[in-house]
Amino acid sequence: MNALSDRVSHDGHIFSNALKATMRKQRLQDFFFHKLTFFFALSVLLVLMGIVASLMIGAWPALHEFGLPFVTSIEWDPVNDKYGALIAIFGTLVTSFIALLIAFPVSFGIALFLTEICPAWLKRPLGTAVELLAGVPSIIYGMWGMFIFAPIFAEYIQPALANTLGELPVIGELFKGPMMGIGMLTAGLILAIMIIPFIASVMRDVFETVPQVLKESAYALGCTKWEVVRNIVLPYTRIGVVGAVMLGLGRALGETMAITFVIGNAHTLSWSLFAAGNSIASTLANEFAEADSVLHVSSLYALGLILFVITFIVLTAAKLMLMGMARKEGKK
Amino acid sequence: MIKPAMNPVYRRRLWIHRVGIALSFFAMAIGLFFLMWILLTLIVKGVGGIDLAIFTQSTPAPGSEGGGLMNAIIGSLLMVGAAVFISTPIGILAGIYLAEYGEVSWFAQITRFVTDIMLSAPSIVIGLFIYAIYVANVHHFSGWAGSFAMSLIAIPVVVRTTDNMLNLVPTSLREAAFALGAPRWKVATSVRLRAVKAGIVTGVLLSIARISGETAPLLFTALNNQFYSANMNAPMANLPVVIYQFAMSPYDNWRTLAWGGALLVTFSVLGLNILSRTLFHQKIQH
Repeated sequence: MNALSDRVSHDGHIFSNALKATMRKQRLQDFFFHKLTFFFALSVLLVLMGIVASLMIGAWPALHEFGLPFVTSIEWDPVNDKYGALIAIFGTLVTSFIALLIAFPVSFGIALFLTEICPAWLKRPLGTAVELLAGVPSIIYGMWGMFIFAPIFAEYIQPALANTLGELPVIGELFKGPMMGIGMLTAGLILAIMIIPFIASVMRDVFETVPQVLKESAYALGCTKWEVVRNIVLPYTRIGVVGAVMLGLGRALGETMAITFVIGNAHTLSWSLFAAGNSIASTLANEFAEADSVLHVSSLYALGLILFVITFIVLTAAKLMLMGMARKEGKK
Repeated sequence: MIKPAMNPVYRRRLWIHRVGIALSFFAMAIGLFFLMWILLTLIVKGVGGIDLAIFTQSTPAPGSEGGGLMNAIIGSLLMVGAAVFISTPIGILAGIYLAEYGEVSWFAQITRFVTDIMLSAPSIVIGLFIYAIYVANVHHFSGWAGSFAMSLIAIPVVVRTTDNMLNLVPTSLREAAFALGAPRWKVATSVRLRAVKAGIVTGVLLSIARISGETAPLLFTALNNQFYSANMNAPMANLPVVIYQFAMSPYDNWRTLAWGGALLVTFSVLGLNILSRTLFHQKIQH
C-alpha cells in the first residue's frame, strides 16, 4: 500500500509524491544557486563603484580646499600643506607617451612577425617567449632599469643624444641637462619594454582575425608580403590596432614599480627629458605610507582618483574599439 | 617575355617588401634581446644571493650581516594562499553566472566590460581602495588587507577565464544534461564546469602568477615586517615589498638579498605561467 501511494499521487497525476518532492527541492537549489552566482557577478560592479566612491570621499578635503586649480598647480609642499597635481599628471602622461611612441612600432613588428613571417615550427616557442616577457613582475623591470640600464644609459646613450638631438633648435631642449641615467626618458624606455609584449599579444590576436581568403586573393594577384600587410591586414584591423595601443596605454598609465625606481622622484617640472620627475603612481608609492596631515593624505587620494578616472576612460575606449573588431569578425 | 627582376617597378616593390620584413625581424630581435638581457641579469645577480640561508633566516636588520628571506617567503605564501582561497570561489561562481544565466543580457555584458577594465586597472589604486575601506577603519596594517587587495586583482582574471572556458562547452552537452532532467545548477557545475576543469585550473594558476608579482597593492595594506610572523592580522613580511625596500638601500647584503628574492619571484611566476600553458595544451590535445 505504501509503495503504491509513493508512486501515484492523490489527484491521479503521473508525477508521484517522491518525484514532486525532488522537483521542489531542485527548484529551491536552482533558486539559491542563481541568487548566489548573481550576487558574486554583481559584486564585481559593486567593487568598481566602491573604488570610485571611496576615492572621491578620500579626495574630498583636498578638492574642497584647493578646488579645480588643484589639477593645474605645480606646488607640492608637505611642509606648508599646499599641493597640486600637475607635476604628477605631467610625469604620468609624458612617460606613458614616450613608452607608447617606442612600444607601438616594436610591438607592431613583433605581431607582424609572429603572424605573417614566422615559420610554423617557430610560432609556438616565440609566441610563448613574448608572453613570458609579459608575465615578468614589474618590480624586476624597475630593478633592472635602475641597476643595469641606467648606468649604461648615462654613460653612452645620454651623451650621444645630447650631442646629436640636443643641438637641434626646438627639440634640443628635451635633451639638455645633467645626465644621471634616471629620469623621465629612462622611465619611459623601461615602461616601453614592459608594455611591448602586452601590446604585441593583443595585436597578434587582432591580426589573426583577418580572413585567410582575403590575404590569399592578394597573393594570387601578385602582391608581395609587405603589400598584403599594408593593403589588406592593416586596413582590416585598423580599429583593433588602435584598441591594442590604447590598452597598452591604459596599462602604462597605472604602472608603479617599473617607474618608481627610475623616475627620480623629484617634484619638479622641466622641459628636459633627462630630468627627474614624478608620476601619480610613484608619488603614491613613495608618500602614502608616511603622509600624516589630512590635506596630504587627501591630495594623494585625489591623485589616485585622477589616475583611476584617466585609466578608466582610456581602457573603456580601448575596449569599445576591440569590441568593434570582434563584431566585424562576426563573433558577437 | 620580360623577366620580373628587370622590371623597375617590380624591383622597387621588392625592395620595399624586403625593408619592411627586415624591420619586422629587427623588432622581434629587439624584443627577444631585452627578454634575454633581463632574464640573464636576474640569473647572474640573483644566483649569488640564493643559498640555504635565504630559506631559513629572517630578513636582517639594517647594517647587520647575513640574513635571509624566510619571513618574506612565508608571508607571501600565506597572503597569496588566502587571496586564492577568497578569489577562486567568487571568481568561478561569477563566471558561471555570466556563462549560464547572464549569457548575452545587458547585465552580463556590462559585467564583462567592467571585469575587463578591472583586469588592467592600476594596482596601486586597488591598494588605496583597500586602505580606505579596511585599513583606515581598523587602524592597523595587516596580512588580511594585503590578501583582500590581491583577491581584488585576481577575481577579474578568474571570472574572465571561467566565462571563456564555459562558453567553449558545446551546447549539445548542456542540452543532453537538461534532457536527462538535471536541475540547472547541476548542469552548470557537474556537467559544464567539469568539462573544462583544466581550463579553470589554468585560470586560477594565471591569477596566482599575476598576484605573486604585484608590489603596489601591498605597499599600504600589508606594509612589511622585519621579523617572522604568521599573524595575518598584523603587518606581514612579503617578498615584493622586501625586494623594493632592499633594492633601494645602501647595504650590500640587502641588495644581494633583493636580487635573490627577485630571482625567486620571477621564476615562480614564469614557472606558474609555463605550467598553466602546458596543462591547458595537454587538455586541448585530448
